[in-house]
Amino acid sequence: MSTNSNIAQDDTAVAQEVRELILKKYPAKVARKRAKQIIVNQIEDNDQAPEIMANTRTIPGILTMRGCAYAGCKGVVLGPTRDILQITHGPIGCGFYSWLTRRNQTRPKTADGTNFMPYAMSTDMQEEEIIFGGEKKLKKAIEEAISLFHPKAIGIFSTCPVGLIGDDVHAVAREMEEKYPEVNIFGFSCEGYKGVSQSAGHHIANNKVFSKVVGQIEQHVEGEYRFNILGEYNIGGDAFEIERIIERCGMTLHSTFSGNSEYEEFASAHTVDLNVVMCHRSINYMADMMEKRYGIPWFKISFIGAEATAKSLRKIAAYFGAPELMEKVEKVIAEEIYHVEAVRQEVKARCEGKTAMLFVGGSRAHHYQDLFTEIGMKTVSAGYEFAHRDDYEGRKVIPNIVVDADTRNIEELTVEADPTRYRPRKTAGELQQLEQREHMGFNEYLGMMAEMKSGDLIIDDLNHHEAEVLMEKYKPDIFCAGIKEKYVIQKGGVPLKQLHSYDYSGPYAGFRGAINFYREIDRMVNSNVFRFIKAPWQKNPELSGSYAWNR
Amino acid sequence: MQTQSVKLHTVKKTAPSFVSTRNACKLCAPLGASLVFRGIEGCVPLIHGSQGCATYIRRYVISHFKEPIDIASSNFSEATAIFGGADNLRIALDNLTRQYRPAAIGIASTCLSETIGDDVRSYIEQYKAANKGVEIPALIYASTPSYRGTHMDGYHEAVRATVISLAAGGPRSRRLNIVPGFLSAADLRHIKEILDDFHFSYTMLPDYSETLDGESWSDYQKLSPGGTPVASIRSMGQSVATIQLGGSLASMDTAASYLQETFGVKAVTLGIPIGIGETDRFFGALEEMSGRAMPDKYKKERGRLVDAYIDGHKVVSGKRAVIYGEADFVASMASFLDEIGIVPALCATGASIKKFKEIVSSGLSEGHKDIIIRDDADFEDMLEICRSIGVDIIIGNSKGYYLAKNLSIPLVRAGFPIHDRIGGQRILHVGYAGTQQLFDRIVNALIEHKQSSSAIGYSYI
Ligand code: SF4
Ligand code: SF4
Repeated sequence: MSTNSNIAQDDTAVAQEVRELILKKYPAKVARKRAKQIIVNQIEDNDQAPEIMANTRTIPGILTMRGCAYAGCKGVVLGPTRDILQITHGPIGCGFYSWLTRRNQTRPKTADGTNFMPYAMSTDMQEEEIIFGGEKKLKKAIEEAISLFHPKAIGIFSTCPVGLIGDDVHAVAREMEEKYPEVNIFGFSCEGYKGVSQSAGHHIANNKVFSKVVGQIEQHVEGEYRFNILGEYNIGGDAFEIERIIERCGMTLHSTFSGNSEYEEFASAHTVDLNVVMCHRSINYMADMMEKRYGIPWFKISFIGAEATAKSLRKIAAYFGAPELMEKVEKVIAEEIYHVEAVRQEVKARCEGKTAMLFVGGSRAHHYQDLFTEIGMKTVSAGYEFAHRDDYEGRKVIPNIVVDADTRNIEELTVEADPTRYRPRKTAGELQQLEQREHMGFNEYLGMMAEMKSGDLIIDDLNHHEAEVLMEKYKPDIFCAGIKEKYVIQKGGVPLKQLHSYDYSGPYAGFRGAINFYREIDRMVNSNVFRFIKAPWQKNPELSGSYAWNR
Repeated sequence: MQTQSVKLHTVKKTAPSFVSTRNACKLCAPLGASLVFRGIEGCVPLIHGSQGCATYIRRYVISHFKEPIDIASSNFSEATAIFGGADNLRIALDNLTRQYRPAAIGIASTCLSETIGDDVRSYIEQYKAANKGVEIPALIYASTPSYRGTHMDGYHEAVRATVISLAAGGPRSRRLNIVPGFLSAADLRHIKEILDDFHFSYTMLPDYSETLDGESWSDYQKLSPGGTPVASIRSMGQSVATIQLGGSLASMDTAASYLQETFGVKAVTLGIPIGIGETDRFFGALEEMSGRAMPDKYKKERGRLVDAYIDGHKVVSGKRAVIYGEADFVASMASFLDEIGIVPALCATGASIKKFKEIVSSGLSEGHKDIIIRDDADFEDMLEICRSIGVDIIIGNSKGYYLAKNLSIPLVRAGFPIHDRIGGQRILHVGYAGTQQLFDRIVNALIEHKQSSSAIGYSYI
């Protein structure tokens, strides 16, 4: 214990020094703001993390990792579903850039099943539409989509100019739906300037999918132990691995929001008995709204990391409570872990003690720490790109979050119990018992900081300057972020693992995914290539490179 | 070559024409401008609008070049979108200046700032006035609404804007200006090598051959080193001539035409030197301007290339290709294919360019019937046309993989973006050397396709 607290003290000292170095470079105003977003973690016995500022607007001219609301809505939440035809309403760039770049995978149920994912449709607005309005062109595009594909549903995604020229995508959607009643048509007001990051787009997507899709279809696939996974996006085939495990356990995964999903699964998602939430940031709204309207309880799980996967399976089984299910789950875990262990030990021998940093997403920076821990690696610094305070400090801080102008712009739906379809899945007593006995954590997320060590450095919305200081001071063995950061970090001699696209590999979820990840990290942190960076004649440290502006 | 009469026509109603764009074959304007700005030494691109555009564009450029590229944003919020972006621009300029100490900041507008009619020019004037006496970076502004043009328009606009902002007149020097257009980093290096071998002193604008294809760093660099020095751009008004590569530029308002009109710098428009014909013209112009003969090294490259044409002609002759991408790239590629006996059966660009048919067909030998030349085309249009006319090979960027997969024919990757292979920035297209590499890759792709679709398993072809 005493050595532990000594380590924590040392870590804290280093983190404080790095924090000061970062802030020193900023003018007073920027420094004041960043000081609230760069926090040295301090976890006391009550699991209470220090307060961090998050989900605030990035300062103009500071290079951010963040994207826009459109990216969060179309790219993240709706992107992975294969049979809702998506039309980008706007000039061509936004639609082009979001075309298949998130590397979601999908597997239609039949060989000729619908899959629109490789298809990017845009109204490709021209000057004429900017001046005279684009609704006419949008209607035409919808008709084209219908005549080409007869889709079950069409989503319209607005980009920045749309709101400003006064196009009403919702009115267009309604009008077209009247004309084509067999197609469910809905619009998203996800103009990129809304909110401060893609996070706004998640919320907008949740609202519309909840109000226009969920609950549309009553019949559903039969099966035992039926539940939905919310906030899993099938990057690199993660969903396939999760589906494999759940099937082995004899449970029924009704729908995933939205990895490897289709329209009808969303539309009947309200018929299940449980929602489990993987990426809390992007989809907690949906979990809450489904609970309020239909009475479906939810809790947080994670399928990233072998141990987390096992723990999550046990929680789900405990929720359903059938002894034969719990037995089956234990058997599956034992078999799977057996294979994981062999690789884990082998890789751990080579990775133990190395350090990692994770700056990504709204949940991945948290979840992936488990995988590193499993191979003996330490996370020394982490932060999210677009998360909110609750993702750092836990949901208990939600009532205290100050709502700023950017957040106020995003509609908050008022949801009430459905008069006929609200059905509590468990009695209050049962829920309470589950909570006490199994620590289910209904409606709870503890956040990333509570599960990190004291002395770790937490940075929200990391930027280039800060990454540079981290690299210099911590010299991590691996850095996890996205493609925008990849090459600048690697030029500095540190491997960067992309956790948005997985560098086009994966899956990393579940048991087999854990094996893939261990091996991948092993390859990266023990790679030979980085040692060539210093050429033999560069041993003299005086010969340092000069900066662009002083040559 | 055959000598029947030319009969070019755009396709009549092979495909119904769609109002929507389905799988687009063009990117947006600020992307092109950002590339130009990163080709200027010590220059940071700043995209004036919401942050999503800058993020998307960065990601896209990075996925091709596999290099860091900083592109800042002035970060519009909903309120900015309503009240205008003056404050955001000012804050962004301040922050960029402080962080990077850049030599220049290249500002490109977006659909959003253009839609609200943000007057960036006057913001810049205000900024300069407010900073009187303080040394601030050179500020360049390119208006790049994507509802008015593609990444190529953004590119040319940024080059022109740069020259307008920076170039000054003065005593005539013996320097040459070269505006190479949207080529790969390897292409830019090769063109510089050629100009060096002709002993020209020159200014190439932009030059991202190092900034977007650099070395590993032994020390952290705020901005990747390399690029056209601002001082050289300032002196572009004194040069003797500007060579701009890209046939379509002859009739456009470009940097070269501005320099000609304003400072009397002669504008020379040449096609992108792909293929022997275009490359001969390029070297011919250099010989004339320098008064020197083509260095031996290039004569040998040309000789080897001709020799290779002869070795490979039986494989390529009569094959039919689809090519797509930026108009001038397609035009040069078409004339090269024509040269080696491949029919450029479908030549397409995503941009709306009235003269596209003329630009492409002017580079073709007489005798081709039924070549389809389409502007404003997307990959769905192309797929439908390819299905109806039959093609053997696809030449263009990674987005054509969609065609390759659907048609089960080989794709030879060239141009931009290439994000499903490594080394897109190092593909050499231009000069005899570049043509040689393209030729080898095309021939080999056809051989490989034949080999792998044969049941026998020949390894000796
Ligand atoms: S709004 Fe315009 S500039 Fe921005 S990404 Fe879309 S097309 Fe490009
Ligand atoms: S910020 Fe706006 S214009 Fe830019 S990519 Fe996002 S939606 Fe498109």
